[in-house]
Amino acid sequence: MRLIALTIKRLARLALVLLCVALVSYGLMMASPVDPVDAYLGPQMAQVSPEQRALIAQRWGFDQSPAVQFGHWLRQLISGDLGWSHVYNQPVSEVIGQRFQRSIALLGSAWLLSALLGFSLGVVAGAKEGSKLDSIISTYALITASTPAFWLAILAVLLFSVTLGWTPTCCAGPAGVLNQDVTLVTRLHHLLLPIVTLALLGIANITLHTRARMLELMRSEVATHAFAQGASRIDVAWRHGLRHASLPAVTLAFASLGELFGGSILIEQVFTYPGLGQATVAAGLRSDVPLLLGIALFTALFVSIGNMIADSLYAVIDPRIQPGGL
Amino acid sequence: MSQPQPRLRAAFSLGVATLLVVGLAASQWLLGDSPQQMQFDARLAPPSVEHWLGTDALGRELWARTLAGLALSFWVGCLAALLSTLIALSLAALATLSARLDALVSLLIDTLLSVPHLILLMLIAFALGGGTQAVIIAVAVTHWPSLARVLRAELWQLRQAPYVRISRALGKSRWFVLHGHLLPHLLPHCLVGALLLFPHAILHEAALTFLGFGLSPSQPAIGVLLADAMRYLSGGYWWLGVFPGLGLLLMVLGFERLSSQLRRAL
Repeated sequence: MRLIALTIKRLARLALVLLCVALVSYGLMMASPVDPVDAYLGPQMAQVSPEQRALIAQRWGFDQSPAVQFGHWLRQLISGDLGWSHVYNQPVSEVIGQRFQRSIALLGSAWLLSALLGFSLGVVAGAKEGSKLDSIISTYALITASTPAFWLAILAVLLFSVTLGWTPTCCAGPAGVLNQDVTLVTRLHHLLLPIVTLALLGIANITLHTRARMLELMRSEVATHAFAQGASRIDVAWRHGLRHASLPAVTLAFASLGELFGGSILIEQVFTYPGLGQATVAAGLRSDVPLLLGIALFTALFVSIGNMIADSLYAVIDPRIQPGGL
Repeated sequence: MSQPQPRLRAAFSLGVATLLVVGLAASQWLLGDSPQQMQFDARLAPPSVEHWLGTDALGRELWARTLAGLALSFWVGCLAALLSTLIALSLAALATLSARLDALVSLLIDTLLSVPHLILLMLIAFALGGGTQAVIIAVAVTHWPSLARVLRAELWQLRQAPYVRISRALGKSRWFVLHGHLLPHLLPHCLVGALLLFPHAILHEAALTFLGFGLSPSQPAIGVLLADAMRYLSGGYWWLGVFPGLGLLLMVLGFERLSSQLRRAL
């Protein structure tokens, strides 16, 4: 019963946060100096008389107050209509759907890879505290934590695609081949470098966190007791450490979805991979407001579900943490 | 890893960081307009004795442009971190006033944390129409939540502290308590918080500029340099892509070390 009540509370909170996101992003779009009628007309702007412009504005309801417009938009949003993207000339929901399908391969594999690798590196570094291996791993994590994501991607392209020629420099498939004709192997070949780059960036956080948890355990009484009974460091790390450190790592992995998404925008831009990230940049640069709003809401949903899972896991780790206010 | 003398280490990296800042400032003064000077007989020259880090497609010296870019990043990062700290401090103070305001602030924090940083940055930069000012504001507005949480927790604790309660009971005004007791206690937290924000601010500024939402392409920002380099990647002009990013990495790493050591020392 308590669990159900808690879940309902969390879902209500999620809905409230999403509403706030919608409000904030809509407000930002309203504040932008880009005129929606101009953005719609594009190059034909010069051929339209002021009377026609007024008609267009009236047709779309731009002559009403912002609050009324927001109400309309919200009602449409709830009925599933996100509007029309003029950059891709498609409904926004279709653009997001197609693009996300391509991005999820990149995001999902990079996420898994970074979580697994980050966790194992952290466990090794923590178990062998003070060794050469530990200092190498820690230094690596510290350096990647301050590396610009897009720069790492540029370096990867320079080394593996331009100099060594192992991987293609761009896109999701070879140029001039239809999307449906691209084989799975070619697809993977194109995805390999973006995935590895994105994963390498995500590792640092999880590694440092897991290492800290491992150190905490290695200095605890549990470990001292085990050592006294003749257990080796590896033994303690394997039997106690893994359990102690794994849940926080999973939590952190869920909480880092937003960062992963931000990283994927930059990486997709460098590799010109036609995913959601690239669509975001295109929407922003060419002032496609409906698409930008749609993507902001979609990613907010994605990230806040991740945050929600992370929060619930926190409560599992430490029952003293109570779900707070509102 | 035991740190035998955290204060000494902190002082050392503080010295290094100061040297870096002074160096950057001095280089700006010495450089003049050489980051924008074009030499048409030396376009895309590889690194050599005359052209230390090579030149770009218009024959501009890459080392001068990288230095100018770092200085630009530094100023943007400084202003953004400062502004962000101010926002965090005022919202944390607001949150301690009443339970309702507290819930409101935490809802705001949740909202900001649930949109990927980069997308929020793009939205704000878009709303403000781009440019240096927009980047500073966007970075400041997105980076305060973590610091605000720390400050809020600290303030709650302080309000329960005996000396604050005694001071209130003796009839001192709210302003006196805030000014005389709370702020001195919070200032070190703010300083460390601002320093922790700083590397993130620089990285996000560069990313935003790289995507085309930030500083204008005519300014020699690191993001602009790297976006330029993207066009010449397949031609094998590696120095365009490597050096500006390396400079940024070194600067961010330096300040990251400084902030974590200061936190340990304080």
